[in-house]
Amino acid sequence: MSTAVDLRGSALSRRRRWTNRIATASMLGAFGVAAVPLVLVLVDVAGKGVPVISAAWFTRNIPDVASSALATKFGASDVAPVVYGMAPAIVGTLLTTGLATVLAVPLGILGAVYLNEYGRSRRLARVLRFFSDVMIGVPSVIMGVFLYAVWVVPRGVDGRSAIAGALALGCLMLPIVVRATEEMLRLVPDSLREASLALGATTSRTTLTVVLPAALPGITSSCMLAVARAAGETAPLLLTIGSTRFLNTHLSGVNTALSTQIYANVTQPGGEPLAWGAALTLITLVVLCTVAARLITSRFALAPS
Amino acid sequence: MIAAGATRTSRGRSDTAFRLLSMAAGMLVLAILVAIVVSMTQRAWPAFSKEGLGYFTRDKFDQVGNVFGVRAYVFGTVVVSTLAIAFAVPISIGIALFVTEVAPRRLRFWITTAIDVLASVPSVVFGLWGFLVLRPHLDDLYRWLHGHTASVPVLRSLFGPSGGGSSFMTAGLIVGLMIVPIITSVTREVFLTVPRNDKDGALALGATRWEMIRGVVLAHSGGGIIGAVMLGLGRAMGETIAIALVIGANPRVVANLFAAGEAMPSVIVRNLPEAGGTFQAALIGLGIVLVALTMLVNVAAKLLVARAERMRGAR
Repeated sequence: MSTAVDLRGSALSRRRRWTNRIATASMLGAFGVAAVPLVLVLVDVAGKGVPVISAAWFTRNIPDVASSALATKFGASDVAPVVYGMAPAIVGTLLTTGLATVLAVPLGILGAVYLNEYGRSRRLARVLRFFSDVMIGVPSVIMGVFLYAVWVVPRGVDGRSAIAGALALGCLMLPIVVRATEEMLRLVPDSLREASLALGATTSRTTLTVVLPAALPGITSSCMLAVARAAGETAPLLLTIGSTRFLNTHLSGVNTALSTQIYANVTQPGGEPLAWGAALTLITLVVLCTVAARLITSRFALAPS
Repeated sequence: MIAAGATRTSRGRSDTAFRLLSMAAGMLVLAILVAIVVSMTQRAWPAFSKEGLGYFTRDKFDQVGNVFGVRAYVFGTVVVSTLAIAFAVPISIGIALFVTEVAPRRLRFWITTAIDVLASVPSVVFGLWGFLVLRPHLDDLYRWLHGHTASVPVLRSLFGPSGGGSSFMTAGLIVGLMIVPIITSVTREVFLTVPRNDKDGALALGATRWEMIRGVVLAHSGGGIIGAVMLGLGRAMGETIAIALVIGANPRVVANLFAAGEAMPSVIVRNLPEAGGTFQAALIGLGIVLVALTMLVNVAAKLLVARAERMRGAR
């Protein structure tokens, strides 16, 4: 009777078994270390943001909390209760991010079409791909400094506007859209292109009627991620749109945004509720975009083979 | 036939037009990059030419005295990003290994979703939370650590007196949390290129899962991990608003990690809107230094990751 080798885990030496267990536990622990602060941030933002938000939040101008805080501090008895509003910043965020999207997405998709449908592995395409990646790595604050130097400074006081902010965000989004769209175009099978070309269509027609429609869900979802990224940016906007408490629906003139309002109100006396409310509004916006993008990807997009 | 020929040329012409249009859109990225470097250098030139090499070696950055040296800001950025990397790398590698080698499919989905959400939270929100919620707790922790390490040689100077919780360390912790998603997703990609056969082989020889990970997965992924770390470093160096809120705005070169400091991006964003003259030029110059440093790190990272991913072809 031959003795079979014992292959059960319990046959391992105690040291090897415990090393394995400890390693597995620390991997799970690593996730915990990252997840706990994330949950705390989300819980705090929800807990402190919800009480601030009412119907007025979406319709009123931003209150002058600093003056109210000062008046209360010095014992003024007739201080009117502060009505928390954030309409100017919500409009400002939608305006800058929206215009940036309108500018960057079509240009970015066109650029990606060049890289994947025409350039392929040519030298120019490889150079452009490389520099797109370099530009993705450029810190977002630099886009703000750039627009500040070429747009705001020459125009003086009038330079700060939603347009300047949108241009800064557009510069930020462009390379992201280019590279993400190119990835999506690469997933379109060549057999589709060949079928269209065999029917006598030109490359441009093939791209517009076959390749882009096939890649559309993927492109949509990656563009939404780029939009979410841009909407949450603070530094580029801080340098380009200025700050105001009043609603400005125009592209020109000083404007404001949710992210810059958070930054300004963190340290402003009496500003904390405004900051938490704006944070909740911004996170909701950004997370909705992200989740929608994920859903589109998992339901409709081409999967990598 | 003539008609057909005519259509062909007009079709060919519209195809060429579309190709040129798309090429122009592609070139736009390059054009913007060149414009960034040229316009910023132009605006910063007065500061560079006035200060010379002193721009990089002096600590004083003084609007009133009209003296501009950026050493303290570079120091702050280096310290904060080093701390961030030190916190984020083990955590990210742990998560990436857990997702690729251990977690069942369903759990994997939830973990990647959580990491995606972490990546999507705007940095100003981390700054807000770090400043209002985390900072007071960290201040207590720093005081406790300072009290208990007073007799340990190196830690004594690193864990100095706490200055209210806004510090290099606080900024490093927050930024570390923020770069976990990028390092995790890149290392995950790298781990996925490890050949299945090698892993199965190790397990078949009787290795435990951890022995397989150490001997096969990690051994195979060295270059890729370093690339991922560099990408995270590039992100950490450019992080602006969260650092601006929690670092304490006190430019200096000190060993004490619990002291308030200042970093390159945060001083730009804090002062540029109101700056004029040489002060403005010096701040924009700081932007150029930042671009140069991050580009250097990112290009190196890209080369390392690309080399690691070529291993995929060897499979």
